[in-house]
Amino acid sequence: MTSVPMTQSSASERTSSEGPFLEVEDLTVTFPTEDGPVTAVSGLTYSVERGKTLGIVGESGSGKSVSSMAVMGLHDAKSAKISGSIRVGGTEVVGLGESRMRALRGNSMAMIFQDALAALHPFYKIGKQLEEAYLVHHSSASKRDARRKAIEMLDRVGIPQPDRRVDDYPHQFSGGMRQRAMIAMGLINDPSLLIADEPTTALDVTVQAQILDLLQDLQREFNSAVIIITHDLGVIAEMADDVLVMYAGRCVEYGTAKQILVAPEMPYTWGLLSSVPDVTASTDARLIPIPGNPPSLLRPPSGCSFHPRCLHSDKVRGDLCRTELPALLPASTGTAHLKRCHLADPVGVYQNEVLPEIAPDLVEETR
Amino acid sequence: MFAYVVKRLISGVLVVTLVSMAIFLLFWYGPSSPAQPICDRETSNRCGNKIELYEKTLGYDNPVYEEYGKYVKGVFVGRTLTIASNDYECSAPCLGVSYRTKQPVKEELVKRIPATFSVAIGGAFLYLLFGVPIGVAAARRRGSITDKALVSSFLFISSIPYYLFALLTWLYLTITFEIPLFSETGYFSPIKDGPWAWFSGLFLAWVALGIFGCTQYTRFTRGAMVEALSEDYIRTAKSKGLPTRTIVYKHGLRAALVPVVTIFGIDFGTLLAGTIFTERIFEIQGIGWWSLQAVQGRDLPVVQATALFSAVVLIISNLLVDIVYSVLDPRVRLS
Repeated sequence: MTSVPMTQSSASERTSSEGPFLEVEDLTVTFPTEDGPVTAVSGLTYSVERGKTLGIVGESGSGKSVSSMAVMGLHDAKSAKISGSIRVGGTEVVGLGESRMRALRGNSMAMIFQDALAALHPFYKIGKQLEEAYLVHHSSASKRDARRKAIEMLDRVGIPQPDRRVDDYPHQFSGGMRQRAMIAMGLINDPSLLIADEPTTALDVTVQAQILDLLQDLQREFNSAVIIITHDLGVIAEMADDVLVMYAGRCVEYGTAKQILVAPEMPYTWGLLSSVPDVTASTDARLIPIPGNPPSLLRPPSGCSFHPRCLHSDKVRGDLCRTELPALLPASTGTAHLKRCHLADPVGVYQNEVLPEIAPDLVEETR
Repeated sequence: MFAYVVKRLISGVLVVTLVSMAIFLLFWYGPSSPAQPICDRETSNRCGNKIELYEKTLGYDNPVYEEYGKYVKGVFVGRTLTIASNDYECSAPCLGVSYRTKQPVKEELVKRIPATFSVAIGGAFLYLLFGVPIGVAAARRRGSITDKALVSSFLFISSIPYYLFALLTWLYLTITFEIPLFSETGYFSPIKDGPWAWFSGLFLAWVALGIFGCTQYTRFTRGAMVEALSEDYIRTAKSKGLPTRTIVYKHGLRAALVPVVTIFGIDFGTLLAGTIFTERIFEIQGIGWWSLQAVQGRDLPVVQATALFSAVVLIISNLLVDIVYSVLDPRVRLS
């Protein structure tokens, strides 16, 4: 789970006939605070088709969850200012009325959260919580139907003896089973979009693999669009067709999983790749953490938000990194691959300086 | 569960025994003889050396453990008590005979329970009825002007000592504004004197307890509710597309109720054990009023009985709180 296979068997070749199910355009989320506005997400644009998986990576506080919660309409209208456009199955949800939003939420789009122990209500039986999710969108269904559906979903996600476990409380489940139940609850209404917010973070490694396999199987079955939010590039390598790298609320690199993992062109992505431990790598490979901490969104750095931590800003002429925000421009591998960086020759820097440090055994192969 | 209840009851009996011993000892080794007040009263303050007769018949010349033994025995099989030259029959469970009224303490205790329970139930009903919903409303509007105004004004009321608050309530509502409903406070039997007399006699006490308790329960509920509403499972409930009402009440309040119920159980037990200030100020002759009189008159058997009554009520209410807690929160197992 923690190793990044450099050869990515991408599912990107599979194409879908319809347009993207989710289209996010120029999404900006601002929270007014006592110390001034905090722009947690700014100018984010991406899209996900049905049957495809988008991975969103970044450190804590980079805006991954905030942007996805905006898609679900989970922000309090009083405390969050949302601008831009979010279209779910063709419906614009920014500014959509609460009752219409509620009809979409949990129905055509669903979200599963990390730490299922906290995310499930401790006082209600698992089955009751699943039934509730079903009944709220199937007003004509009976309680018996809902219960049958809950048992069916628990069976589908691999809970043994679902007809008995349906009457258990969350604390009677193991961590992996709780996450499975969470997934069952998310998928109970056949959503076309599933957002998984760090679904494996609180689980041990073998269970992580099972949960990811389960998500992939279910995605194939339901043909839903999936967004997986993670800081684990191993999860990205396993699951994602496309990858969005976020830093300080902005997209800094966007492309297919192969482009991002094999030919990244933004120093922050390099930093993420460098800090992934690889059990199969030669012992010469170094684990290099990104120096410093994510910036405060209250007073973000001028220019490129990453410049105070960037090891390569000296290669850029003048003070450009400090003074000017780089635009999100096509990278050298193709127009679908976007990056936000001033470096003139990122490919050269990556091949000659970064790769030899993090994966010396790969340098010959790629040359 | 059953084993747990039995275990708790056994430890409860132990506590009651210790309380009774402590009170016995306090009086026995107190600064003056417990026989002094009764001797003074019966001889019109010319007690003199008649004190010896009283001490002897009341048993204060015996060793303390011997008299305590007689007391415990009386609880189980009853006894005959002698004060000076008169004998008093006291049937089991004998809690003694009041030094002031010469009545068996048990009968008086039973007579005073309805007054105290009426005060407690009415007051608690009012403060829950207003405290919990106002707390929920404040939590939902957290940080708004309404919330801030509620919290600070309620904090102001809570900061007033209760006896002063109750006294001011009485002064303003009955003396200054002469509201007829509040004119005659006290306890009237709902059967003998009619429900209206019962209601209007207690109403002012309920209002005082209700307003004062309501401010506390608003703050408890608000705090518990704010915490519950910030939990992850509320976000989950929202992401399922549930209506706000369901999210706030079924998911939020259900979780917030657990701490509120815990505090309520203990508070209500305290109220049932006798509200000294309330009963004194509003002239309701319940257990609290009676125990205050007993302490002032150094009426040992009555003090003993009211203290034991409080101990028993508190032990039972604590046990009930624990049982209710395990019902409310499935994660709690009693063992």
